Amino acid sequence: MVAQLIKMLPDLHNIPLFDATGVNERIDRFCKRSIKKNSKASGLKLALSMVDLTTLEGKDTEAKVRQLCYKAMHPHDLLKDLPSVAAVCVYPSYVGIAKKALEGSAIQVASVATAFPSGQSKLSVKLDDTRFAVDQGADEIDMVISRGAFLSGNYQYVFDEIAAVKEVCGKAHLKVILETGELDTLDNVRKASEIALYAGADFIKTSTGKIQPAATMQVTYVMLQAIKDYYLATGKMVGMKPAGGISTSKIALQYLVMLNEVLGERWMNKHYFRFGASSLLNDLLMQLVKLDTGAYQSPDYFSKD
Amino acid sequence: MNRLDIHKTYKLYLGGKFPRTESGRYYPVHDSSGNLLANMCLASRKDFRNAVVLARKAQPAWKRVTALNKGQILYRIAEMLEARKAQFITELSAHGLSQQSAKKEVEAAIDSLVYYAGWSDKYQQLFSTVNPVSSSHFNFSVVEPVGVVAIKAPETPGLLGLVSMLAPAVVGGNTVIILASEQQPLTAISFAEVLHSSDVPGGVVNILTGKEQELISHMATHMDVNALVYCGSDKTVRQSISELSSDNLKRTIFYNQDHWDKAQGESPYIIEATQELKTTWHPTKAS
Repeated sequence: MVAQLIKMLPDLHNIPLFDATGVNERIDRFCKRSIKKNSKASGLKLALSMVDLTTLEGKDTEAKVRQLCYKAMHPHDLLKDLPSVAAVCVYPSYVGIAKKALEGSAIQVASVATAFPSGQSKLSVKLDDTRFAVDQGADEIDMVISRGAFLSGNYQYVFDEIAAVKEVCGKAHLKVILETGELDTLDNVRKASEIALYAGADFIKTSTGKIQPAATMQVTYVMLQAIKDYYLATGKMVGMKPAGGISTSKIALQYLVMLNEVLGERWMNKHYFRFGASSLLNDLLMQLVKLDTGAYQSPDYFSKD
Repeated sequence: MNRLDIHKTYKLYLGGKFPRTESGRYYPVHDSSGNLLANMCLASRKDFRNAVVLARKAQPAWKRVTALNKGQILYRIAEMLEARKAQFITELSAHGLSQQSAKKEVEAAIDSLVYYAGWSDKYQQLFSTVNPVSSSHFNFSVVEPVGVVAIKAPETPGLLGLVSMLAPAVVGGNTVIILASEQQPLTAISFAEVLHSSDVPGGVVNILTGKEQELISHMATHMDVNALVYCGSDKTVRQSISELSSDNLKRTIFYNQDHWDKAQGESPYIIEATQELKTTWHPTKAS
């Protein structure tokens, strides 16, 4: 209960500012590492184990979710020693189905909630949405912040909302989506990260995937820095999930390089880092098969879901 | 003060752009008396891989372009090449051809483009069929492009060989990656400039310069390449291409090195080589 009491909005006047040029230069250096052969293979496998395999579409069906769960458990059976993905991410109405389909595996079921993707609804509806997902068995909840309130400067509202959702989550892990594509500046991203971290997020996540730009290395870098500062201040490790727009192995490896150099090895696992993606998985598999056989691969020979 | 000549940098042609090779490597090309003509990009297997991605991306849209429009675009290439004839004659002469045979080769290349432009809306009628069957079905077979075609152009003739292998694959709705002649590559890249100004969508034709020995096995093993056209007579190379291509049942098409100098160099059957036949059984009422 003590933890509850000290939970309060941090001083947002006193947080580091980010210079876009400086951030770009730092990012450039992350992208120039040469990762080959064995280290590439282990990097790809690590990335694979961090994937939150996602389907968030109006046209989702039970069968599609079941198929996705199968793919999560059996990414590519022709390759030996492959890890499974970290989680399957679906809408609340499919949590039950995913949970059943993944029974017996270590794969988590994540669900978006709180009037995803816009977050434009009243708090009670958002809490109900979350409760429904948790009752259905979701292990992780991906909530969206109220960007409207954030941009009008109503930070306390955003903070309280996250804290309220966290309470409803119970044992389920809470990932807070900042939707950085709508926050306009890196300083806003840092500010929103700060609010989410102190409000009790277990993960902070860049995007819903419904807004362009989705995850970029720039915003991810700013969020990783926020996680680092939060860790130094409180001793609590919080995870990071870039989502949307990460579709190739090359980019995924660059994110891992950044993760390693900003937060270090303790964050280099699926408990503290995730990729929210759908098409990334097949690209990782194609690269792994390429390393195995020496021949460049074609999407024709990998299952779509 | 004497003016410094400005020499052209010959680069690759990938996805409608002219990038340098990602490897940063190059190889020198000399004329017959040993003078340096140019430093050509020595394309790597990664360049080839990137080219395949671009060709694959361009394929669906190019396949859907109407036959009439494909023909017009090929004719347009011929027009642009005609307008820049002098440049190509100069480049071929630099490779050691006499003025006269250079002119002959450029004109043959232009004529070949016009020839295949003409076939654009006709080869389908030649190779598609209505098949007699013993049930109440209307059964017909139509030709469709195989998809992404990798081509190793003949060593000589540098320009005519390239055009004669490229035009039939492209007019058939395929997108191509073509590895130009190693010893006569100048005109290949200048030809890319012609393509670039001829309404050919980016990615439909991708041109690499480099060494066959380095790239051919990757062209053969790449799972996302649907057909490989190889112009060369070496039996061992052909054998190895056939073996490596078997993994994705890639179609392999072999032509002899001197194929293009003869009358058989132009033929609708060269279009057919990179087409596949699809058969439909359409139910009809019993008669």
